[in-house]
Amino acid sequence: MALIELNDIGRTYDLGEVQVHALRSVTMQIEDGESIALVGPSGSGKSTLMNTLGCLDRPTRGSYRLAGEEIVTMTRDQRARIRNRQLGFVFQNFNLLNRTSALENVELPLMYGTKVSPRQRRDRAREVLDLVGLGDRYHHHPSQLSGGQQQRVAIARALVNRPSILMGDEPTGNLDTKTSREVIELFNRLNETEQITVILVTHDLNVARTARRTVAVRDGEIVVDTTDFAQAKAALESDESL
Amino acid sequence: MSFFDTLRTALRALRKNKMRAILTIIGVVIGIAAVTTIVSIGQGANRLVQGELQGLGTNVIFVTPGQKRERGVLRNDAPTLTEADADAIALECSAVRAVSPMIWTGGQVIFGNENWSPKEMVGVGPDFLQVRAWPLAAGSFFSEADMESSAKVCVIGQTLIGKLFRTTNPIGQTIRINNVPIRVIGILAKKGANMVGDDQDNLILMPQTTVRKRLVGDPLDNIHAIMVSARSMDQMHRASDQMRNLLLERHEIAPQEEPDFEVTDMEEVSSMLGIVTGTLTMMLSVIAGISLVVGGVGIMNIMLVSVTERTREIGIRMALGARGRDILWQFLIESIILSSIGGLIGLALGTALSMGATVVINTYKPGTEWPMVVSIPAALVAMGFAAIVGVFFGFYPARRASRLDPIDALRYE
Repeated sequence: MALIELNDIGRTYDLGEVQVHALRSVTMQIEDGESIALVGPSGSGKSTLMNTLGCLDRPTRGSYRLAGEEIVTMTRDQRARIRNRQLGFVFQNFNLLNRTSALENVELPLMYGTKVSPRQRRDRAREVLDLVGLGDRYHHHPSQLSGGQQQRVAIARALVNRPSILMGDEPTGNLDTKTSREVIELFNRLNETEQITVILVTHDLNVARTARRTVAVRDGEIVVDTTDFAQAKAALESDESL
Repeated sequence: MSFFDTLRTALRALRKNKMRAILTIIGVVIGIAAVTTIVSIGQGANRLVQGELQGLGTNVIFVTPGQKRERGVLRNDAPTLTEADADAIALECSAVRAVSPMIWTGGQVIFGNENWSPKEMVGVGPDFLQVRAWPLAAGSFFSEADMESSAKVCVIGQTLIGKLFRTTNPIGQTIRINNVPIRVIGILAKKGANMVGDDQDNLILMPQTTVRKRLVGDPLDNIHAIMVSARSMDQMHRASDQMRNLLLERHEIAPQEEPDFEVTDMEEVSSMLGIVTGTLTMMLSVIAGISLVVGGVGIMNIMLVSVTERTREIGIRMALGARGRDILWQFLIESIILSSIGGLIGLALGTALSMGATVVINTYKPGTEWPMVVSIPAALVAMGFAAIVGVFFGFYPARRASRLDPIDALRYE
């Protein structure tokens, strides 16, 4: 059984007069431990797909099974639980709580999860901050950290509950090339050493290149799903020439 | 999220916007302080009234003449009560502790070169002090023998010492009332002013027989009223009933006839006064309550602003696994903290204000001893009310926050 099974997923936004089909019909499977890049032009539906995978959004059609559990029919609270336990999010703009120390930002998911004592929480937060290389920045606030450091805090926060899937929505979008590379290397390292499934949304081909599998989305449908990056690149470039 | 974590989160959020939190709290402070002040001043007034009634004598019941139809004419002042009625009450009513007949008179009191008209000159029975729970400061009171012989003796209130005797010891001195020489045998303890501000010590007591026979010159044994004290507060109604029945029988009043006397117990008077002060307090409390509501609306306003401002934060928390109820509690507790702090400060301020008011009243209206009342239940009610304001006005913004869509919240700029 695959970790993620999407079957004929559709998402329609009802805007009154018009209906926007963000996702038309998406069927795919993701195995445990994979590293995937979701690519596609803006408006292609890749963010909607990401939000669906991340249990933030609910599809209007189809079936989404995560580790055997059907997500589509779940209540808000159940999905919140899945987000807390199974998924880790990293956003383009970091989304850290400001005026809150790195350590406390990382502790946040532990507060919403199972009962953990404050001491265990703190210890676990230090552990993941050490893992992302911020062992000397526990008490810094986001405003006192560089973009790359902030993103690493965000990654630590995503990892703190030992999720099976790590999701990044344009995680390098606000970073310079060098920091981008470091952050991507961190993702890859986590994928390889910790066996965490990594799913990244990106339009940076240099980022997409490092993933083992590339899924290209256009007009709410998957157009290419390949482990051969050249093929994906070709498909995207032909797309742009249109 | 555990309660402790929620509390910490809420406190942290409030600390980030200190000025705003303080201003919001002030709104609640004013409301709670107003309510507390008014309630405690109102209770002080009530206590004052009750104290006065107590001062009248414990568990006092008055029997006064009522209407009497005489040759087809209704009279309100018919002398229907007699000394024999008072004696019968003392003898036959088991719930009655002490009885005193009362006859009022007036006139000038002369001692040496001084003269004075006491506010009250009353003829009473030997048990009068017991009825009114009024001790003597010096000397002795009338005996049964004084009653029978209509002895020319009297007991004076404290005010008369200053007016007539100055430095002379009044006991054993002879004063003249309406040209009758009367010897002072006792001095009453000081009682002070009553709630209307009248000096209660400006009186002179004599045996009722002396007043009736030597001063008024009434050949009959009519008296103006009978003052009675019941054995205890609980026995008041029983005593009243016993007296009513006894007097109906003695005055031969048929069941369909109007009685020619009235029995008024102080409980009735006290509950009536209680209703008056209670209504006033209630009215003022409602007005003060309005300011509390205004404070609550202030909380709601600030919480709505806060929810809007922190939409992104809410989105982040939701993405990390916060459930709707986690968010709801976070904001609800924030507003409860605001209102509770406001409640505490308001309570302290209200207590201080009512203390101040008490001091001012007692200073500028000498003679009154307005009691300071800080009632624990009222304080608890005020605190509870503050918390309720927090929940009530915090709920809508908090629920709004908890119902946000995580994606919309994350995208919010």
